[in-house]
Amino acid sequence: MWQRSHKCSLEEEKKLELRLGPPGEEDSYNEKSMKNVKKERDESQPSCTNLTNKSQKRNATSPVVGWPPIRSCRKNIASGSSSKPLTESQHVGQEKVATSNKPISNSGKDLFVKINMDGVPIGRKVDINAYDSYEKLSSAVDDLFRGLLEAEINLSDNNKQEEDKGIMMKGSLIGSGEYTLVYEDNEGDKMLVGDVPWHMFVSTVKRVRVSKSSDLPAFNPGSKKD
Amino acid sequence: MMCKSKKKKDSKHETNFMNSSSAFPDEVLERVLSMVKSRKDRSSVSLVCKEWYNAERWSRKNVFIGNCYSVTPEILTRRFPNIRSVTLKGKPRFSDFNLVPANWGADIHPWLVVFAEKYPFLEELKLKRMFVTDESLEFLAFSFPNFKALSLLSCDGFSTDGLAAVATYCKNLTELDIQENGIDDKNGNWLSCFPESFTSLEVLNFANLNNDVNFDALEKLVGRCKSLKTLKVNKSITLEQLQRLLVRAPQLCELGTGSFSQELTCQQHSELKRAFNNCKSLHTLSGLWVASTQYLEVLYPACTNLTFLNFSYAPLDSEDLSKLLVHCPNLRRLWVVDTVEDKGLEAVGTYCPLLEELRVFPADPFDEGVAHGVTESGFIAVSEGCRKLHYVLYFCRQMTNAAVATVVQNCPDFTHFRLCIMTPGQPDYLTDEPMDEAFGAVVKNCTKLQRLAVSGSLTDLTFEYIGRHAKNLETLSVAFAGSSDWGMQCVLYGCPKLRKLEIRDSPFGNAALFSGLGKYESMRSLWMSDCKVTMNGCRFVAQERPRLNVEVINEEGGDDSRAERVYIYRSVAGPRRDAPPFVLTL
Repeated sequence: MWQRSHKCSLEEEKKLELRLGPPGEEDSYNEKSMKNVKKERDESQPSCTNLTNKSQKRNATSPVVGWPPIRSCRKNIASGSSSKPLTESQHVGQEKVATSNKPISNSGKDLFVKINMDGVPIGRKVDINAYDSYEKLSSAVDDLFRGLLEAEINLSDNNKQEEDKGIMMKGSLIGSGEYTLVYEDNEGDKMLVGDVPWHMFVSTVKRVRVSKSSDLPAFNPGSKKD
Repeated sequence: MMCKSKKKKDSKHETNFMNSSSAFPDEVLERVLSMVKSRKDRSSVSLVCKEWYNAERWSRKNVFIGNCYSVTPEILTRRFPNIRSVTLKGKPRFSDFNLVPANWGADIHPWLVVFAEKYPFLEELKLKRMFVTDESLEFLAFSFPNFKALSLLSCDGFSTDGLAAVATYCKNLTELDIQENGIDDKNGNWLSCFPESFTSLEVLNFANLNNDVNFDALEKLVGRCKSLKTLKVNKSITLEQLQRLLVRAPQLCELGTGSFSQELTCQQHSELKRAFNNCKSLHTLSGLWVASTQYLEVLYPACTNLTFLNFSYAPLDSEDLSKLLVHCPNLRRLWVVDTVEDKGLEAVGTYCPLLEELRVFPADPFDEGVAHGVTESGFIAVSEGCRKLHYVLYFCRQMTNAAVATVVQNCPDFTHFRLCIMTPGQPDYLTDEPMDEAFGAVVKNCTKLQRLAVSGSLTDLTFEYIGRHAKNLETLSVAFAGSSDWGMQCVLYGCPKLRKLEIRDSPFGNAALFSGLGKYESMRSLWMSDCKVTMNGCRFVAQERPRLNVEVINEEGGDDSRAERVYIYRSVAGPRRDAPPFVLTL
C-alpha cells in the first residue's frame, strides 16, 4: 500500500494522511495559514519544564511526506524494553516506510499485538513488525487462524458439513471477503484495516480483530474514511 | 572528477617544469603525482598541461563520482585506466525521505559490467543511494578476484542473499560495511558463508540488519581475523555474546555493540567489564539499541580514549548519558537521540570540551503526544562548553532567533549547520517572528560554512542573508521556506561555491529557476519539489543549457503544467537512457 502511494499525486496523498489540525491547512506555501495554525494550538501545559506557554502539542500540522527528514531505519527509536519506565510521550508503536519495492529491514523492535477472531475463544499475538504490508499481514493472519477455525469446526458433530467447511477453509479467510480485519487504534477507536499507509497503521494499532464481515455494519471494504 | 578547480600550482614550479619537461621522465612525474591524494588537487593537476593531464590520469587509483548520471562508465574507464577504488553516489538525497519513487534508477549493474572488463583489478566499491541487486553482488563477487572492500550506504534492491555471495566468493575481502540500506533481510545465513580459510577481514558492519546470525560462525570468524579493526554487530547479539567477541578481538578500534541488554550474573558482568577494559585501542563506539542502565558502566573503562560515540539508536536518558560522558573527556563526535533532553546536552557541554560534532536525532519524529526532546537551552548549553563545535545536526521542536545567535557567537567555526525545527514553518516560539535572524546570524558569524540546512518560518530575508554572507557555502537544503522567487535568486546570485541545492515545498517558480541558468553547470545538482516551477520553465532551461539534464518526475493525475519534482544536473553523459516512464527528460 505504501509503495503504491507514490503513484497517487502528492496532493491526494496529503489528503489521505491523518490530520489532527483544523481543516483548511493544505496550502503549505501560505505562511499566514501556518501562523493561524499556531494560534489555534492547544495552550495546555506539558509537564516538561523547558517548554513555555507558546510551544504546545505538535498536532498543529499534519504529517507530511518525507518530513522530518529522517531515514526510515532511524524512525522510532523509542525504548521498548529499557529498565526505565516509558514516559507518556514515547511511542511504543513502530513505523516502517518503504523506500523501494523490496521489504525494508526495520531497526525497530517487535510489536506484538493481540489478535482475536470471531468464533475462536483463545486469541493469538502477532508481531506486526514482522510484516511490511497489509497483504503480508493478511495472509499471516489467515494462516494463523485457519488452523484454529478448522479445529473449532471439527468439534461440531456433522461430518459432511466438516468436509465442506474443510474445503472452504483452504481458501483465504480474509481474501474471500467472509472475514474482515479491524483494529483498535491508540485512541480506542475501532478502525478498518487498510485505510492508512502501512507505517501509520503500525504506529497506531493496539489490537486486531478478525471479524465476520456479516457482523459488521454495512460499509464497503476499501471505502475511504475521513 | 568533473569539477574545474581554479587552483593552480605555484607558478615558479610550473616554469621549472616547462623548461625541463623533456628531461623529466613521465614515470617520475607519475610517481610524484601518485602522492597527491586530494580530489581537488588532482583536478588542478590535470589542468596544468597535457603531460600532467596524462600523468595524472595514469596514476589515479581512486575516483569519486558524486552523481552517477554525470558521466558514463565508458568515459570514466577511457580517461582513467588504473582505478582500484570507485565511490559512486546515485539518487538525489531526498530519496532517503521517500520523495523519489521506487525504480528511479542509479543501477550499479551497467557500471559493474564495464568495470569487469576495464578494471579487473578493482579492489574497492563504495556506493551511496544506488540500486544494487543480488545479481549485481554475485557478478561483483565473481568478476573481481582482488576485490577487498564493499561499502553500501542507503542503497536498496538487494537481499541478504547478495551478501552471502560476497562472503562466499570474495577471497580477499577486507571490508564489508552494510549501513542503513533498504535491504530484504531474509536471514542471517550470509555470515556463515565466510569460508573457514578466510582470515582477511578488517571491517565488518552489519549493525542495521535484523536477523540472527549464527553466533558460533561469527565467533570463529572474529577469532581468526586477526586484523579485524571494526566490528559492528546487530541487535541480535547479547551482552554475553559480546563479551566472547571482545575477548577474541581486543585489538578492535571501532565497536558496534549488540542490543546491550540481557540479564547478567555478577560474574558475567565483571567479565564483560574486564573485556572492555582490555580493549585499549577502542576509539569509536556505537549500537546499544536497548541499553539497560545497569550495564552502561561496563563501558566506562573503554571510554577514556573514545573519540566518536554513536548512540543514535540508543534512547538513553539524561542521567545515563551524563554518567557515561564523565568518562569521555576526549570525545570529538557525539550522536545521540533527543531522549537525553536538554539536561543530557548540558552534560555534553560540561564533560566534552573537545567536541567537534554533535548530532541529535528525534526519538519520535511523528510524536502526537506531549512534546519532549531537546530545545534551544540544550543547544546553548553545548555551545558554551564545546567551543570547537563545527558540525551540528539538531532536530528540535522549538527554537528562538536569540538562541541560535548565541550558539554561533560561542562557536563561530561551524562548517556544517543543519537545524531541523520539526514542525514546518514554525516561527521563533518566544517572539512569534520568523527565524530569519537565526540563520542570518549563522551566515554572518560562520565564515567557513560549507553546508546549511534551514527550517522554521523563513521569509526571503533568510536567503538575502545567505546570498550576502555565505561565500563558502556548497550545500543548501531548504524546506517550507521563503516568500517569493527573490529568495532563491539571492542564493543563486550570491553563493559562488554553491554545488548542491535541494528545495522542497517552497514558493519558488520559473523566475527563480531561470536566475540560475548561468550557474547550474558549475553545480552538481539542483532539486526542486512541490515548488512553483512549471513544465514550460523546465523546458526553457533544457533548451538553453544542453549540457544539463533536466528531469521532471510527475505523478499520474497531477497537473500537467506544474513540474512537481525537478532534478537538474550537469552531465557529460547526455540524457539518461535508462529513465523509467515517470521520469521525463526535457
